[in-house]
Amino acid sequence: MLAVENLCKHFGGLQAVHNCSFSVAEGTITGLIGPNGAGKTTTFNMIAGELPPTSGKILFEGQDIAGLPTHEMFHRGIVRTFQIPHELAQMTVLENLMLVPPAQPGERLWSNWFSRASVRSREKSVMEQAEDALEFLSIYHLRDELAGNLSGGQKKLLELGRTMMTNAKLVLLDEPGAGVNPTLVLKIRDMILRLKEERGYTFCLIEHDMDMIGALCDPVIVMAEGAVLMEGSMDEVRSDPRVLDAYLGGEAA
Amino acid sequence: MDALYGYSLYFISLLTMGGIYAVLCLGLNVQWGFAGLFNAGIGGFFAIGAYVTALLTTAPSARHIGGFEINTLVAYGLSMLAAGLVAWGVGKVCLRLRSDYLAIATIGAAEVVRLIFKNETDYTNGPRGVSAIPKPFETLPEPWNHIAFLVIVLIAVAIAFWALQIAQRAPWGRVMTAIRENEPAVRAAGKDVEQFRMEGFVLGAMLMGLAGAFMAQYLKFVDPNLSDPLTATFLVWVMLVVGGSANNKGAVIGAVLIWTLWSASEIVTGRLPDEWAVRTAYARIFLIGLMLQVFLQKYPLGIFPEQRPRPPRSSRESA
Ligand SMILES: Nc1ncnc2c1ncn2[C@@H]1O[C@H](COP(=O)(O)OP(=O)(O)OP(=O)(O)O)[C@@H](O)[C@H]1O
Ligand SMILES: [Mg+2]
Repeated sequence: MLAVENLCKHFGGLQAVHNCSFSVAEGTITGLIGPNGAGKTTTFNMIAGELPPTSGKILFEGQDIAGLPTHEMFHRGIVRTFQIPHELAQMTVLENLMLVPPAQPGERLWSNWFSRASVRSREKSVMEQAEDALEFLSIYHLRDELAGNLSGGQKKLLELGRTMMTNAKLVLLDEPGAGVNPTLVLKIRDMILRLKEERGYTFCLIEHDMDMIGALCDPVIVMAEGAVLMEGSMDEVRSDPRVLDAYLGGEAA
Repeated sequence: MDALYGYSLYFISLLTMGGIYAVLCLGLNVQWGFAGLFNAGIGGFFAIGAYVTALLTTAPSARHIGGFEINTLVAYGLSMLAAGLVAWGVGKVCLRLRSDYLAIATIGAAEVVRLIFKNETDYTNGPRGVSAIPKPFETLPEPWNHIAFLVIVLIAVAIAFWALQIAQRAPWGRVMTAIRENEPAVRAAGKDVEQFRMEGFVLGAMLMGLAGAFMAQYLKFVDPNLSDPLTATFLVWVMLVVGGSANNKGAVIGAVLIWTLWSASEIVTGRLPDEWAVRTAYARIFLIGLMLQVFLQKYPLGIFPEQRPRPPRSSRESA
């Protein structure tokens, strides 16, 4: 579904991502792990259109999408969450979600003035969709709270909620479990699995929580210093000396 | 009785000018309050609107192009269109850049507009301006002609206010607020941020153009000084900041209030002794600056701060 070929991103002299190649097959939850600064988030930023790559290709469903703007990626079905939550602080939790669905008639100025009925009926269905997502995430009680007032973990859930507001094909999750309490992490795991089953999403998941990666991901891609170190099942990754050396630490089992 | 009549005429003119400024200020509110775009060349769009109406509605004259004598309502539309088109051009070049560049670019655009009107003497009569601009209902007997024009302006204010109120509460306004809150999040939600910015910029400029059209008719005269940075740009900013940015009611009330104070300051400075007379212009600016300080001390977010729409009622029974 997604294939990254020789992707490079250089910030001045710093090679954040260098000749990185991997692919994500449809229907999988592909893990992306690696030490801090390995270039995982930067890779996501390029796939989601937030940053233009210095060079290389990003093939999505066979088409090279490298360098397209973010909204273009979104409309092709790539949705991402942020490592650092990007909530709309002065807007309510509900509004944060209602923003997301694409092609709302009310986003066109004209329709708001001259075809208000269609705007209103769509708003109603968007609101119901957002409320469903809030219920799914069990944060319905925070519906009318300002998003800026949420706790760190609740903001992470809201990030996840955004991916439920559209018909995504590929969802890029950047550390959805970081800073979230253990029971909630288990919940997030379940939610990812449910979204995969119910909606047919394909996931690419960055995490430092190896339990979560182990429970969800196959295959797992290990990045280090901007490139792919290896790829394989979690067991293969766990027992690879290079990975232990660069990232997981400890002795080979 | 005569004095009373004089006062009512003054009151009508105060409201008319206040209304024209309210349209300007609503335009700035779309650009700054909704979209967060810093327009420092309001006067340019205002002057474009004024000149389009001036040149299209006047009778033939040897001094400038014209003699089209088109219908007033059509002239309003074309004034808005012209200002909107120029905004689109400026926006195409500048909206992608960092926001402070937009401020510089709009100052530049306003200056270019002023220089064109000043120097294209064949078309615009240069610094001497365009006069004898027809004003709707001017043939009615006094004071009905003034009142009728006031009503036109007030209708425009009401329509603009209504349209912006709806837009702000609609999904369109939600996207606009979200862009000011956290732009990357809005991009990640698949919105074309540039497109929304452009819409806000153009819509605001169109309102400024409409205000210009009213101004041309009200004064029955336009000249290049209409784009004066002080009265056409700075004053409008004061109005919006005092009234309350991102609040349409604030924009309207701020415009009427500041215009009243501004025109009252003329009465005060007009009574100064002769040797001070040349300094009155500066004294008025000083007074406005002082007033801005006083208001901001008391109302840091403007008299009517931004208000988010109330959350919609839940579709769920319980919870
Ligand atoms: N916008 C930027 N400008 C300059 N350098 C950057 C930028 N973004 C990332 N970097 C650098 O690129 C490198 C890779 O960063 P990245 O955020 O992709 O790491 P990561 O793998 O996501 O790490 P972590 O696990 O800590 O989130 C880092 O050295 C970082 O300092
Ligand atoms: Mg990261």
